[in-house]
Amino acid sequence: METILFLSPTEALLSKNALEALATTKQLADSLGTTFSVGLWGDDPKAADGIAACGAAKFLAVTGPEFAQPRYATDAAAAEALAGAAGATIIIGPSGSRWNRILAGVAHRLGGRADSHVTGLSATGGAPAIARWYYRQRMEAVLTRAQRPWVLAVESGIAPAWQGAPGSAAVEAVACTPPALRSKVTGIESLAADQQTIRPDADLLFVTGAGWTKKQPDGQVKTPEAEKLILGFLRLARASLGSTKSLVDLSGEGQATLTFLTHMNQVGQTGSTPRHAKGLSTCCHGEEPHTVGWRFVGERRAISLDANCGWSRGKADVLYVADAFAVMEKVNALLAQKSGG
Amino acid sequence: MPEYQIVVCGSVVPDPLQTLEPVAGPTGPALKNEMMLPAWLDPWAGHALYEAANLAAKNPGCKVWLVALGPKAKLQQAMMTLAQKVPFELVALDSSASGFTDAAETAAALAEAIQAIPGLDRSKLLLFGGWESASRGAGATMQIVGEILGITDQFQGVDGISVEPDGSLKILERIEGGRHQVSACEAPPVLLGWATGNLPEPRNNPQVGMANMRTIMPALQKAKPAKIGAEGVTFQSVSLPKQARDTKVVKDMPPDQIAAEIADWITNK
Repeated sequence: METILFLSPTEALLSKNALEALATTKQLADSLGTTFSVGLWGDDPKAADGIAACGAAKFLAVTGPEFAQPRYATDAAAAEALAGAAGATIIIGPSGSRWNRILAGVAHRLGGRADSHVTGLSATGGAPAIARWYYRQRMEAVLTRAQRPWVLAVESGIAPAWQGAPGSAAVEAVACTPPALRSKVTGIESLAADQQTIRPDADLLFVTGAGWTKKQPDGQVKTPEAEKLILGFLRLARASLGSTKSLVDLSGEGQATLTFLTHMNQVGQTGSTPRHAKGLSTCCHGEEPHTVGWRFVGERRAISLDANCGWSRGKADVLYVADAFAVMEKVNALLAQKSGG
Repeated sequence: MPEYQIVVCGSVVPDPLQTLEPVAGPTGPALKNEMMLPAWLDPWAGHALYEAANLAAKNPGCKVWLVALGPKAKLQQAMMTLAQKVPFELVALDSSASGFTDAAETAAALAEAIQAIPGLDRSKLLLFGGWESASRGAGATMQIVGEILGITDQFQGVDGISVEPDGSLKILERIEGGRHQVSACEAPPVLLGWATGNLPEPRNNPQVGMANMRTIMPALQKAKPAKIGAEGVTFQSVSLPKQARDTKVVKDMPPDQIAAEIADWITNK
């Protein structure tokens, strides 16, 4: 019989990611005919009240101001203590910077194994199995493990978020002595809200390719115009911006490029594979390996002058063979009209 | 000036432009024609190496080791290019670099090799690697290496490191929403799993290449075999995704009309 533990820092407990992972945990426990517990760490155990009705057999918490900071030493110590207190054989957390930073280290301390980026969790014949991708989302495997505890990071978007009324959770305190600390979080660096182009919760991913910085039909490079069109579109559509590697790399090579792009915008082989309901690619070129940035995007459309582009053929639902400058200018005008702006 | 000892861990991966197809091997899944696929250093390990070299260049007295794991022939192939980029001393491990091996087994081999580096001073150790690999992509190996070596100041998705006037390290880690978490770490030892960093790929430098090759070839010759598999893991299936979509190609439609379609599609939830 598996003993299942859902783990989360209190600050992220009610996030969409965490509630999705909670739903996945509950589903696995139901499939295996067992119960699950919730383990929390941070400075606000009252966060458990938000999921009091989730059906957990018990709520465990490591609390204290030291455990509030997203820091390896304290997060790993707390997770280790909670897993030990629960006697967990399967430990599930929501994929995200905080859990992903520690899960393998925690598994090592517990004598178990870890798997991250889990995109499916099932139970066949009483044994849990996970699905995850290999070689940068180019092939998917389903696997089981003999080792326990098995520590998992579940990706977002694979299950509907758990929903339920808040209540009053009876939280059991778990003792954990903070380790000697040599690191501290001193702040967060982020662009101003109106300059931020990465929006994980956006419905639409807008992918820009190097074509935006190439000579246009009149023989001119129109990078400033491209910037204006792209930023205008992101603002009007409230979209998240992705970019091909070739476009991001142009800035590193000192060439004229879109000034707001960084490597964090990069999607694909060496970038991210974001999850959005819709995706619109513009001026992207490249073959199969680079198009993995599309892998977890639902509906996909593309604008390209190349009807045979690898980003589009067989990858997009609709390919418009057209000049993205001309089309996006009109799209922006229409979106502004619709929003009354 | 701080005299860091920077150890970069990395493996080799197939050139991403190659077609990759899973096949059943004698010990589990493998890639079709795996030994024929051109290999290079994992891209995130590459970023880690370039950042290590940059830090060493700014701080005289620092030294960079690359602890690289993979089939010896593949390592040699990757080193032919890599050796010309930045100065480093190679520690080679002859083993499988398959994505289907287990991170814990890989980490154990890497940690053992690091512990065997002569004269390594833990109080000066900056342990670098990629935050994930382009093969397994689990982000697990470096965490476990750190745990084995007793390093609990670990940072993942790192895009920047700087040495502050008081000798502490300022580290930037990627977090959600395109933001960076800024941390201060008093001193080494510290583990950094690099994302892309901010450096372009260094240009080839034949002089660096010649200096590196004097130590790389002997290191390859004495590469220690390491048995790495995936004990306890049963792969029920490994398959390529059914990715072909029936793309509707729209030609000769005026921009106005295309824009109207796209605007409707975007706003129609």
